[in-house]
Amino acid sequence: MTKEQIKDTILEIIAQIIPDEDLSNLKSDIPIREQVELDSMDFLDIIMELRKRYGIEVPEDDYMQLATLDSSAAYLEPRMREL
Amino acid sequence: MDYDVLIIGAGMSGLAAGIRLAYYGKKVCIVEKHYRVGGLNSFYNLGGHEFDVGLHAMTNYVPKGVKLAPLPKLLRQLKLKAEDFGLCPQRMSVIKFPDKTLRFNNEFDFFVQEVVDNFPRQADNFQKLLKTIVEYDELNLYAKLISAREVVSSIISDPLLSNMIFCPLMFYGNAQENDMEFGQFAIMFKSIFCEGFARPQAGVRQILDVLVKKYKACGGELKVRCAVASLKCANGKIESILLENGEVLTVDRILSSAGYVETMKLLNGYDSSKFNCHVGQLSFVEFILILNKEPAEMGYNTTIAFYNNSDRFDYRKPDDLVDASSGVICCPNNFQFENPLSEGMIRITNLANFDLWDRLGEEEYKAQKAVCLEATLKEVVKFAPDFRDSIIFTDIFTPKTIHRFTGRINGAVYGTPNKTKTGRTHLDNLFICGTDQGFLGIVGAMLSGISMANLHVLQKV
Repeated sequence: MTKEQIKDTILEIIAQIIPDEDLSNLKSDIPIREQVELDSMDFLDIIMELRKRYGIEVPEDDYMQLATLDSSAAYLEPRMREL
Repeated sequence: MDYDVLIIGAGMSGLAAGIRLAYYGKKVCIVEKHYRVGGLNSFYNLGGHEFDVGLHAMTNYVPKGVKLAPLPKLLRQLKLKAEDFGLCPQRMSVIKFPDKTLRFNNEFDFFVQEVVDNFPRQADNFQKLLKTIVEYDELNLYAKLISAREVVSSIISDPLLSNMIFCPLMFYGNAQENDMEFGQFAIMFKSIFCEGFARPQAGVRQILDVLVKKYKACGGELKVRCAVASLKCANGKIESILLENGEVLTVDRILSSAGYVETMKLLNGYDSSKFNCHVGQLSFVEFILILNKEPAEMGYNTTIAFYNNSDRFDYRKPDDLVDASSGVICCPNNFQFENPLSEGMIRITNLANFDLWDRLGEEEYKAQKAVCLEATLKEVVKFAPDFRDSIIFTDIFTPKTIHRFTGRINGAVYGTPNKTKTGRTHLDNLFICGTDQGFLGIVGAMLSGISMANLHVLQKV
């Protein structure tokens, strides 16, 4: 997956977690949780969904790496390149 | 390993934890010693009538569309839709003391106005209390424990108002005698006054059905009539689990919703003296009365009434079998259902003394149930219409019944007063969820299961 594809995947996962939220104006360089109502439990589900779908393990200490779409793509790209 | 996670107890918290874990691919098994799921919130049939145990009303009700509240939070976590529980909001509930009545519904502003109208001199103080509650982070698992009685009396100077606020919050979830931890107070205040009451048309059955179906659809395994006999520990961990049917299981982690002391009792080498201080004392008796008509036909439209027959409010283990001086009158018919329930019903709950009930012989036990019912009804008709001539069927459960079906020591439905908020025990792979972890009510129990599953299993790689 490319970084763009990774961002689209994350967006799709978020849409699944909070289906009523409008994600079309989400800025990729601002923390996701500052832009949509996503609590820490919802945030955990992004990580769980990545594990469930792609077998990617994100250790607890790295959760902050997924704060923005850009930082998520940068962090996940080496792990998802082959997918 | 037989399973990644074994969950003890198929109540609200165990099932919710199970759904989370199974949904995210863990191999999970829930063992339930009763033949039916539900634990402290279950159901039964008797004499052709359907009864619920526990659930009078589900607290934390918010309408569809509200996002940042416990109920929508738990629906998202369990991948359920708001419609799945089919919750119907209450009509109107009341707190009745001899000289004052405070009404509340699911509109919080209505309750605030009731307080202002009935206690005009406390209006500013009440606003101050609301600010304190809103600013308090009750979900912080590491918060310092403070006395709610102290906090509230430092703000509200009229003890009657203070007692009237405490009455429903204590009856609906407090494990401590006379006082309450402020975090619990804030949770209960929000869940009952700021949010509100609702009930599915089919009662607790509907919620349990949804949970069990979801759990199984995610691949979870459920074994009923399957009790844990003992937990074998070594090197600070549970090594294996012996079931009463003789089977031995090995698992990576265990989440127990059986209660804190109840779980400790399963350990080999259990030393009761270490855990006595954690034993809960508060239990209840419930009188369930089937009526030959809807209570609304008698002009009674109240959903839940919290009554107390003096200005003092004592919430403690009574010196007698039952304390009829205060209690809860629940009318399951008085929710905004699409279709009326099939029968009229009134449920009355009072504090009761487990030891005294437990001591009675079979005949005397039966006789005392009838005596206590009469005494309670005499009190209750001061706060509701006299429906005694309309009763066509009665069932009564006591602290002894609760103990028999749930295994809770002393029949203490709200468990230990010392909650294990982090869920951790002295053993590395054994965690507590449900009532004794400390999120209260049905929504709270489910959130407890969810957060303990998240914290102790899913977040660990």
